[in-house]
Amino acid sequence: MVNTFIGNLGHLFVVLTFVSSIVAAFSYFKATQHIGPAESEWKKNGRFAFFLHVFSVFGIIFCLYFIISNHLFEYHYAWSHSSLKLPREYLISCFWEGQEGSFLLWLFWHAVLGLILIFTNRYWEAPVMTVFALVQAFLASMILGIVIPWINLKLGSSPFILLRDAMDAPIFKEQPDFVPEDGTGLNPLLQNYWMVIHPPTLFLGFAASLVPFAYAMAGLWKKKYKDWIRPALPWMIFGTAILGLGILMGGYWAYETLNFGGYWNWDPVENAVYVPWLIMVAAIHTMITYKNSGSALKTSIILVIASFILILYSTFLTRSGILGDASVHSFTDLGLSGQLLIYLMFFTIGGITLAAARWSAIPTTSKEISTYSREFWIFIGATTLCLGGFQVLVPTSYPVINSIAGLFGAELSLATPADQIGFYSKFQLWFGVGVALLSGTGQYFWWKKMDRKSLVKELTTPFILTLLITTIILASGTITKFSYIALFTAGLYTIIANGLILIKMLRKNPKLSGGAIAHIGIGMILIGILFSSGYNKVVSLNRSGILISADQPTEFNNENLLLFINQPKEMAEYQLQYKGEFVEPRFKKGFVNKNDILKTRDPYTVIAKKDVVFEDRVIFKERDTFEIFPENTYYKIAYTNAKGKTFSLYPRAQVNPQMGGLLASPDINRRWDRDLYTHVSSIRSPEEPHEWSEIKEFPIGLKERFFLNDYIAVVDSIIRVPVVDGVALNENDVAVKARIKIYGEDQEYIAEPIFIIKDGKVARLPDEINNLGLRVYLLHIDPNTETFTIGANTRQKDWVVLKAMEKPLINVLWIGTLVLMAGFTLAIYRRYDEFVKMRNKNQE
Amino acid sequence: MKTTHIILIAAIAVAIGIIIVSAGDASTYVTFDQAYELASDGKDKKIHVVGTLKRNEFGDIVGIKPTADKISFTFIMVDESGKEQTVFYNNPVPPDFARSENIVVIGSYQEELFIADNILMKCPSKYQEDEIQAGVN
Repeated sequence: MVNTFIGNLGHLFVVLTFVSSIVAAFSYFKATQHIGPAESEWKKNGRFAFFLHVFSVFGIIFCLYFIISNHLFEYHYAWSHSSLKLPREYLISCFWEGQEGSFLLWLFWHAVLGLILIFTNRYWEAPVMTVFALVQAFLASMILGIVIPWINLKLGSSPFILLRDAMDAPIFKEQPDFVPEDGTGLNPLLQNYWMVIHPPTLFLGFAASLVPFAYAMAGLWKKKYKDWIRPALPWMIFGTAILGLGILMGGYWAYETLNFGGYWNWDPVENAVYVPWLIMVAAIHTMITYKNSGSALKTSIILVIASFILILYSTFLTRSGILGDASVHSFTDLGLSGQLLIYLMFFTIGGITLAAARWSAIPTTSKEISTYSREFWIFIGATTLCLGGFQVLVPTSYPVINSIAGLFGAELSLATPADQIGFYSKFQLWFGVGVALLSGTGQYFWWKKMDRKSLVKELTTPFILTLLITTIILASGTITKFSYIALFTAGLYTIIANGLILIKMLRKNPKLSGGAIAHIGIGMILIGILFSSGYNKVVSLNRSGILISADQPTEFNNENLLLFINQPKEMAEYQLQYKGEFVEPRFKKGFVNKNDILKTRDPYTVIAKKDVVFEDRVIFKERDTFEIFPENTYYKIAYTNAKGKTFSLYPRAQVNPQMGGLLASPDINRRWDRDLYTHVSSIRSPEEPHEWSEIKEFPIGLKERFFLNDYIAVVDSIIRVPVVDGVALNENDVAVKARIKIYGEDQEYIAEPIFIIKDGKVARLPDEINNLGLRVYLLHIDPNTETFTIGANTRQKDWVVLKAMEKPLINVLWIGTLVLMAGFTLAIYRRYDEFVKMRNKNQE
Repeated sequence: MKTTHIILIAAIAVAIGIIIVSAGDASTYVTFDQAYELASDGKDKKIHVVGTLKRNEFGDIVGIKPTADKISFTFIMVDESGKEQTVFYNNPVPPDFARSENIVVIGSYQEELFIADNILMKCPSKYQEDEIQAGVN
């Protein structure tokens, strides 16, 4: 039965969310414009409306979660993002798999942040919340799902659409109440804990960038040009930290699971969040400069506005479908491009207009900045960051530029450079050098008044230390490329310089050490990127040079390696062997060889043919029934290194028609100084039928040895079986199963072909041993002589093509990320503390 | 003139420089004939060509030939002007290759062969389910 109540309730909450945000915006606007009793009256109204708004946002979430967790597949959202077998912990991630849900996530974070702001602010509440409520109105309109009748305009896309309304399937004509039994499920590739934590982190980062923007708008509006900086600063640092964490989590996820080859690919979607992040970092620095010296106020205002607009722009890029083929992960186009464009334009024009109107009134310093002041260095640093962002922004916007040119009738066909990674890295590397050098030197200006003499004195130690270490590293011949040497030296310099400052700081006032720690993190990240990407080594490289064909003179080195099952091959300093296909059990750790299990009619349930051993431990006994994840196949690759040490990797591939065929995920052998990264790059298509040889017959007796495709085999037992899966047996029918042991190269395999007499007709169910390329039949049974005939045919042995890479010092990158986050946390604490102290003195 | 102004002017100069260099590095979408001309003019810049896989009269895809070791392959692509061209790709056949509606090859000519450095595929129904499986009831 179709449950329409919960969807209608949800939709009601959506409408309420939209309306209440408009009421809140209006009331807070009035409150900002009035003073005295009218102000507090309007403020009360605004608060009430916003609380109602928050309540209805939670209401939407409750309804959607109810639909997903109760598997109400009559709803399109549950049907297309969830399924009955989906593990509990991923139900929550169904939420944000869809675009409507990710808008909801964004709404949710704004609602939470809005509540915090209401309770922590006094003076700023009304103007800041006006901006907040306006943004919420735009976001709520994205999931409104209402058609305005007289202009036939669809506003937003609701997550509460019934399947029958979303799909044009013929079945709904015959049975309007048809409810599918199961959903199509959360994409298995996304069933990973990163899918649970990455999107909320990223969206919290997006949401937090609204706070400083709202404060800046409030400051300009109320002509409090300076005072907004103090409350906005901790939020700016918070937003930058969380967004940075979200970006790096995405990188780690891409590296570990999604098999994009590395952690960062300069894909337009990645670039779209990287650019605002850089601008936010620049904004933090100029805001701090303003607080300390009174300069860079205008720059701060510009950067804060720019960072929020860039967040909106990134949303527009990824969700409007404008990127088209340019990106691997653009969302599907929900027909919201118009609405998204209005959202973007409203705040772009609004922000710029307000800033322009107040521009001449914004106080500036007439003081000339000296080259020996920290303001000068911060300014240079912020400029470097902005230029770095600009360099990424321009090529990422090519599709937009092409469309704009198209509007004016010009035909442009700009495409991002063929080698995206090489192109961006070439530029960004030098921005990285600049940032590292400036953050190393800038820190000295930060803490002391400097002149030429003291500068030389202070910088001597880090300078000498850096040169010393660089010389040692260079002498070992690890780094030879000039640009890499520059990045390494700069990264090392910032670590050492900031490290020395940190030591001093910890003695004096550890609370102030956030900046030094964050900059050490940046240095580590740069060095980690340098080694893991710059010295990423393809170990499966075939250097022999292959000719494509006789008349093509070009030679190619191939980066992939073909492995036939159980045939060892040499690769760099390793010996490799492909050991067959494995599956993962649902409730136990380990991997199970596909040859050791019997399938049942339910793809999730299998039966062990023999004791299943993983890492010398029996994890399932013979005849045990257990559940597996049928979507994933793991390809066991046994590695032996030069010292004779062995280990196994299990890269994964997923047959996934939804995502376009086959998806590979890597497996990584992690060592302190490098990762060995292996992924499958091609397998035989599971849909393609095998070419089997002619059947060969073996008339033999019980326990008699014979040769199956050169393997010794023996019929262990022959038993009558009462039931056969998939065949209904009557009392006159007979089913007999032979248990045949086959001694393969590495292990013993069990084949269990079945011979059935049903209604006087003979049927034979063969059993296949993938690892040996064998299919075994029980052809005849002669009850008089107690002999029988085994039939077998063979095929080409299983194979995989794989690629393996070594990524040196990648752990320095991950550790650097954690150090950066620690620095941010300290800084947030310190800046928030300052705000609270001032507020409690009734200054704000 | 204030120091900030000098910095700003320098920054604008760098920004303009970035646009020029980026535009110089930008690739373009062309046809096979244009790509061939570019290559014969001695320009080895990588370009994008959009097209489809060659199909025979029955609508089946023809011309995908993996090498014996399965780690590289050639295929026949028809560009938007209808020209057929053999393309070499130094990687295994991507699993969903034959399903792709549209493909974009990024690379350049070497002699008569087009060498793809990268292939982008547009597959039907990626990320979106748009049909209900019959028989679920």
